[in-house]
Amino acid sequence: MTVDDMIRGVLTDHGRLAVPVESLADDTDLFGAGMTSHASVNVMLALEDAFDFEFPEKLLKKSTFESIDAIRGAVTEMAAG
Amino acid sequence: MNSVVPRGLRVGLDLVEIAEVADSVAHFGDRYVRRIYTDHEIDCCRRDGREGSGATYAMESLAARFAAKEAVLKVLRPVEWQPAWRNIELHRMTGGWCEIRLSGRAEELAAEEGLGGLSVSLSHEATLAAAVVVGWCSPRTRRNG
Repeated sequence: MTVDDMIRGVLTDHGRLAVPVESLADDTDLFGAGMTSHASVNVMLALEDAFDFEFPEKLLKKSTFESIDAIRGAVTEMAAG
Repeated sequence: MNSVVPRGLRVGLDLVEIAEVADSVAHFGDRYVRRIYTDHEIDCCRRDGREGSGATYAMESLAARFAAKEAVLKVLRPVEWQPAWRNIELHRMTGGWCEIRLSGRAEELAAEEGLGGLSVSLSHEATLAAAVVVGWCSPRTRRNG
């Protein structure tokens, strides 16, 4: 399973989006697609479970979770240490 | 470049589905609770006095507090680095009402924006919790960039 598959899986399970995740482009605004702030907390925790790390405070901002592209960037940054 | 933060009232409003919070507690347990709420808030929302994974919570109270934290963010208007959720505390007073106490980045943002005291009102019914936060912004110059 690719990183993108894992991110899209987390969004399917926890994003509470108004549209199917498959219909989202990588740069689609997830908050515009219906994700609430509270749902973004669940996405954050589920990403930590999926990738086995803990987001540092500097990445806990809306822009980190605003699109699949942004999430991939944060996951890549975390993976690089 | 500098800009002037205009004087006046700022209002933040947020709604949270209580079931959504209950789902989060069920799925992520203590990790969700500890990431979002302060020790004081957890004590206020705990139903049975137990701690850790065995604790149960008044979900409507957790949901109202989350709504209040989000409403505070709408008043603070962070552009980049968002304060940690635990930097915004709903402190329950002995009379039963709540006051907002800020720390860390949230406290810094309030100072940068010239925000004086914030006032909050919480409410909930069967499925939804809501919070309104009002703050007074003093005129001041903010450095941009």
